[in-house]
Amino acid sequence: MAEQQPDKGRRCMLVAASTVAGGVATAAAGVPFVASMFPSERAKAAGAPVEADISQLAPGERMTVEWRGKPVWIVRRTPEMLDTIKKNADKVSDPASKKDMQPKYATNEMRSIKPEYLVLVGICTHLGCSPVEKFQAQAEAFASDWKGGFYCPCHGSLFDLAGRVYKNKPAPDNLVVPPHKFLSEGKILIGEDASDKGAA
Amino acid sequence: MAATKKEPVNVNWAGPLNAPLGGLLTWVDQRFPLMSQWKEHLSEYYAPKNFNFWYYFGSLAMVVLVLQIVTGIFLVMHYKPSAAEAFASVEYIMRDVPGGWLIRYMHSTGASAFFIVIYLHMFRGLMYGSYRAPRELIWIFGMVIYLALMAEAFFGYLLPWGQMSFWGAQVIVNLFDALPIIGPDLSTWVRGDFVVSDATLNRFFAFHVIAIPLAILGLVSAHILALHEVGSNNPDGVEIKQNKNAQGIPVDGIPFFPYYVVKDALGVVVFAAVFCAILFFMPEMGGYFLEYNNFIPADPLKTPPHIAPVWYFTPYYSILRATTEDFMWVLRAGVVAYTLLILFTSRGCLSKLVAVMAGPVVLIAMGVIEAKVWGVVLMGVATLIFFLMPWLDKSPVKSIRYKGTLSRWALTIFVIVFLTLGFYGTQPVTVAGTIISQVGTLIYFAFFLLMPWYTQMEQTHPVPDRVTM
Repeated sequence: MAEQQPDKGRRCMLVAASTVAGGVATAAAGVPFVASMFPSERAKAAGAPVEADISQLAPGERMTVEWRGKPVWIVRRTPEMLDTIKKNADKVSDPASKKDMQPKYATNEMRSIKPEYLVLVGICTHLGCSPVEKFQAQAEAFASDWKGGFYCPCHGSLFDLAGRVYKNKPAPDNLVVPPHKFLSEGKILIGEDASDKGAA
Repeated sequence: MAATKKEPVNVNWAGPLNAPLGGLLTWVDQRFPLMSQWKEHLSEYYAPKNFNFWYYFGSLAMVVLVLQIVTGIFLVMHYKPSAAEAFASVEYIMRDVPGGWLIRYMHSTGASAFFIVIYLHMFRGLMYGSYRAPRELIWIFGMVIYLALMAEAFFGYLLPWGQMSFWGAQVIVNLFDALPIIGPDLSTWVRGDFVVSDATLNRFFAFHVIAIPLAILGLVSAHILALHEVGSNNPDGVEIKQNKNAQGIPVDGIPFFPYYVVKDALGVVVFAAVFCAILFFMPEMGGYFLEYNNFIPADPLKTPPHIAPVWYFTPYYSILRATTEDFMWVLRAGVVAYTLLILFTSRGCLSKLVAVMAGPVVLIAMGVIEAKVWGVVLMGVATLIFFLMPWLDKSPVKSIRYKGTLSRWALTIFVIVFLTLGFYGTQPVTVAGTIISQVGTLIYFAFFLLMPWYTQMEQTHPVPDRVTM
């Protein structure tokens, strides 16, 4: 049998073509595996709005409800508390709430629909811990002239009584105000607001 | 086809069993590289004869790896990877499964023991220059093992589904959230939900018991294969292969089997004694090995008043917490100073070019991207920077024994800073603690980034031709 010389150009083309085809097939095979790690339909469906009964909430107190697996705080602020917020403007990094951390109707000095009731997602904007309430104005280990607000135990971020973050703390943004609306004097719906039907 | 023809295996030491045992081994050897592998990796692997105390920790790491795999298998027999049942199933192991408490404590104490052993093993490498050419790949494989081990520990820590499990995972997964653009989607993808939940627990279980252990086993093989290819370093940093006898055997080498097998066996006995003392008398180690808050079931609505990672992560955690808005100014000054340092003192044209290009880019990025992201970046860089060791160390000698005063002080201060950062990482945030962590962060990075300068400036000591005992 005669010695046959390999056709180098053809061999090169075949290697390149099968590498590309094989690579595409491998990448395509990876898609379902990557996709399987995204939230399932069941997890996505678990985000329904929740109702909170605030009729029993006394002035100066806080209650917590669960919405989408996260704590949502409702704080009934006293007039003194509202006073400290006004005096705090130079200590917080975004006093006028310019960053989009709240719905339009809460983009005001008190970050709320009614100044008395503050609604916040109780998750620190730094790394997701839940800050603790430090409502008493007194000297604290983390701030000697503490005016009252929230303290994150994980990395020491401080928030005032409107959920505004103090300057020079690890957390970059104010606490999130979730979409919410008053159903009546004593009831708040969290996860849905008057402007749109769905959750923001 | 007939089996490969090889010399019959001689097992004279077995006495009357020589014939049957030798026959069996010969049969196997003709079908499997039994004797050649045995010789290559044990009986004819020549290791320097001057190994000291610090050389115990490589083999101890293997022992702990086996311990973790074996105890892990038995824990999986009783553990339930679901948010509803996980916490109770761990308590069930602790209280109702016969010997369950012992296996669980072996596994949890083993995790901390693993990191103690690995940190000492890495310190040995730093001291004696075990990362220097031709051992760069051994060092790199080792560093990948270290990263895999951190991932393994992190995934495993969620499984008991206690308060620290939950909030630790919450904080670490949210680190991805800080990345620009892809961050939020990436962290949702990692969790498989919008919060740490049952889906997260299930996948962390899969990573902890299958994916990462498989990767670690492969990496350990690569680490040892690379080691046996180039040969072990030693406390003098002398290459024993440069001095061989007529048979081609390094004159300063002794076969790993039996000499180092026996030596390491002693190390295992001492280690086992210390390990058992901790295991039986203080398995929680005062809250450092098993944190008290983790005996409370996970509550997504309430972060514990003080959260801290387990001790082996705390140096990096301190660096994360140290990065505040104010500290960014110090970092910016550091970037400017480092760029100028390279520009004025580096001999390489390429490094000057890179410095001129990269310096301003980093400075601009520091202005645009917020401090939170930089905390995450610094923490990541703090772990990854070890990879560069083989190229940062420009000393003409390998071992700290013959390096100059600057290198000795640098390594001593680095160890102190690493421990200090580790300590403050376990503590609640205070003003003083933050400042100390910030100073520590600067020194931590200076140790690596200034290494090309201080290792070249100093007067080194003459290296002997042969190892010293």
